[in-house]
Amino acid sequence: MASLKEGRRVKLRHSRSLPLLATTGVLAILYTSASLLYPGFFTVRVFLNLLGDNAFLGITAIGMTFVILSGGIDLSVGAVVAFTGTLIASLLTRGTPPGWAMLLALAIGSTFGGAMGFLIHRYELPPFLVTLGGMFFARGMSFVVSKESVGITHPLYQQASDFGLPVAGGASLPLTGILFLGVVALGVTVAHGTRFGRNLYALGGNEASARLMGLPVGGVKIAAYALNGFCSALAGIVATLYMGSGNPAMGFGLELDAIASVVIGGTLLTGGAGSPAGTLVGVLIFGTLQTALVFDGRLNSWWLRIAVGLLLLLFILLQRVLSRPAGARHP
Amino acid sequence: MKDDPTLPRQPRLRAWFPGGSLLWPLAGLGALLLFNLVFATGFFRLELRDGHVYGTLVDILNQGSKAMLLSIGMTLVIASGGVDLSVGSLMAISGAVAATAVAKGTVPFGAAVGAALAAGGFAGLCNGFLVAVVRIQPIVATLILMVAGRGIAMLLTDGQIVTFEHPAFVFLGNGHLAGLPFTLFLVLLSLGATALVMRRTAAGLFLESVGDNERAAALCGISGTRVKLWVYAFSGLCAALAGLVATSNVKAADSSRVGEMMELDAIFAVVVGGTSLTGGRFTLLGSLIGAILIQTLTTTLYNLGLEPAIAPVPKAIVVVGVCLLQSSRFRGELSGWLRSRRAAA
Repeated sequence: MASLKEGRRVKLRHSRSLPLLATTGVLAILYTSASLLYPGFFTVRVFLNLLGDNAFLGITAIGMTFVILSGGIDLSVGAVVAFTGTLIASLLTRGTPPGWAMLLALAIGSTFGGAMGFLIHRYELPPFLVTLGGMFFARGMSFVVSKESVGITHPLYQQASDFGLPVAGGASLPLTGILFLGVVALGVTVAHGTRFGRNLYALGGNEASARLMGLPVGGVKIAAYALNGFCSALAGIVATLYMGSGNPAMGFGLELDAIASVVIGGTLLTGGAGSPAGTLVGVLIFGTLQTALVFDGRLNSWWLRIAVGLLLLLFILLQRVLSRPAGARHP
Repeated sequence: MKDDPTLPRQPRLRAWFPGGSLLWPLAGLGALLLFNLVFATGFFRLELRDGHVYGTLVDILNQGSKAMLLSIGMTLVIASGGVDLSVGSLMAISGAVAATAVAKGTVPFGAAVGAALAAGGFAGLCNGFLVAVVRIQPIVATLILMVAGRGIAMLLTDGQIVTFEHPAFVFLGNGHLAGLPFTLFLVLLSLGATALVMRRTAAGLFLESVGDNERAAALCGISGTRVKLWVYAFSGLCAALAGLVATSNVKAADSSRVGEMMELDAIFAVVVGGTSLTGGRFTLLGSLIGAILIQTLTTTLYNLGLEPAIAPVPKAIVVVGVCLLQSSRFRGELSGWLRSRRAAA
C-alpha cells in the first residue's frame, strides 16, 4: 500500500502536465480575484484586449520557448523587435511596399538569430553572452536606422488597426491578437507535431544523448535560434501595427518579460520540457497582472516588476521541486 | 577554456597567448591608447587645476570606477562557475536606500552607507541562497532580482528621483584626494583588500577549486555551497558600493536609470580580462584592466563623434570577438587558416 502511494507520487512528479496545470490554476485564481476586485474586469472585451495588447510580447515569448526548450537562452529579442520595427517604419516612409519591408525584416531577423545560434553551437560560446552581444548590436543598429520614433501613415496600417474579428457581445479581437493566436497554434504544431519539435525536446533533455542517437544537434540548435529571430521580427511587425510607429527605444526589457512568461508558463529553463501552450498561459498571467494594475489605479507600474519577480521565483522553486530527481544526478 | 591534456590538438595561437595571462587585455588597451595617441588630439594631456588633476585619462578612470567595482565581485562569481545579472538592479537599490536615508536628514551618513551596503550584501546573499542551496542556474536565479530589484528600488524612492546635497555623500563620487578622484582610491582599496584575502589566505584556492570542479572540491572537503553563498553576497556588496558611487555622481537616486546595463559592462570586463566563463582560475587585475579597456573604448568612440546610442555596436563586436578568441575551436581554425596561407605563399 505504501509502495503504491510512493509510486503514484513519483508518477505525479514526473508528470509533464503538472506545471501547465499549476500555471493554469494560477491564471484562474488571478483572473477570478481581479474580476471580483474590479468591476468591469470580467468582460469579453477586457479578455480580448489582453490578447491584443500583449501580442508582441506573446510572439517573442513563443520564439523564446523554442530556444529555452533547446537548453539555451536569447537576450537579444527586445532589441531585435526594436530593430525590425524601426526598419519597417523607415522603409515605409521611403515608399517601399509594406509586403517587401516585412519580408526583409523577417529575413534579417531569422538570419540574425541563426548567426547567433551558429556561434553558440560551433564555437561552444555561452548562449547568454553571445545573445547579450546580439542585444547590444541590434539595439545600436536600430539607432543607426533612425534616431527617433518614425510614424507610419501607410493606408494599409490604417486598415489593419481598424480591423477586428467580431466576437460575442459587440467586442472584437484586434488583428494583433489574431496574429498572436496564429503564432501560438503554429508553435504548438511545430513543437508537438513535427520531427524538428521532437529533435528539439531530445536536444534540450540531454544534448549528449541526442548526439549519440544521431540527431542533427547542430542544425536543430541553430534552427531554434533562427526560429526565435523570425518570431522577434514578426513581433516587430506586430509592434508597428499596434503602435502605428517604429521606435528604436522600444522593447527595453522585453526579453526579461518574455523569459518570465515562458518560465511562468511551465517550461523548464534547463530545457527539454514545456510547451508553447504553457507560454500562452504565462503571457496571459503577465497581461492579467498588468491589466489589474491599470484597473486599480492606486498601484504603480513598479509593483508589476516585483509581482513578476515573485511569480518567477515561485515557479522556479516549483520546477526545482518537480525536477528534483534530475537535479540530484547533476549537482 | 580549461587546460586539458586530453584535448586532441592544442592550437598554436595558445602558445603565444596563454589563458589567464594579462597579455591579451594589456595588448588591447595598448592598441586603443596607441590609436588615440595617433588620431585624438589632447587625449594624453593632463592639467593641474585647483590642485586637481584633469584630463581624458583621469576621466576614463573616474567614469570606469563603477564597472571596476562591479568587476571585482563579478570576477569571483564567474570564477565560481556562475554569473550575476542582478548587479545593475542592486546598484539602484543601494542608491535608493542611501539617498532616502540621507534626504531625511536625521540619519547619520555612516548609518546610511552601512544600510546601503547591508541591503546589497543581503540581496546578494539571497542570490547565493538560490544558487548554492536551492541549486537554480545562476543566470535564472539572478534574473529574478534583476527583474524585481528595480521595482524594489522604485518602491523605496516612491517612484520619485530623490535628490540630496549631503557633502560627504557628494564627496564619495565627486571628491578628490591628493589631486586624484576619490573613486580611484575606493577601487584600489577594494581591489587590494579582495586580492589580499583571495591570495594570502586559502579563500582564492577554495574558490578556484569549486569553480573548476565542484565535485572534486567537495571530495577534498571544500563546501561549494558555502563558497558560492559568500561569493554572491560579496558581489552584492560590490554592487552596493558601485551604486553609492553612481548615485553620488549625479547627486540623486534615479532608480530607473542607475546601473542600467552595467551588468553587461561588468561581465565584459571580466571576460575581456581573461577569466574564463566556465569558472576556475581567475585574475582580479585582468578584470580591472578589462574594465579600463571597456571604458577607454567607450570614451574613444564618443571622442570620434559616435553617438552614445550607437556605441553598443562596436562594443558588441569587440566582446563577441574576444569570446571567439577564447574558444579553442576558433583558435584551431584560425591557426589552421594561417598555416595554409603560409603554405600557399
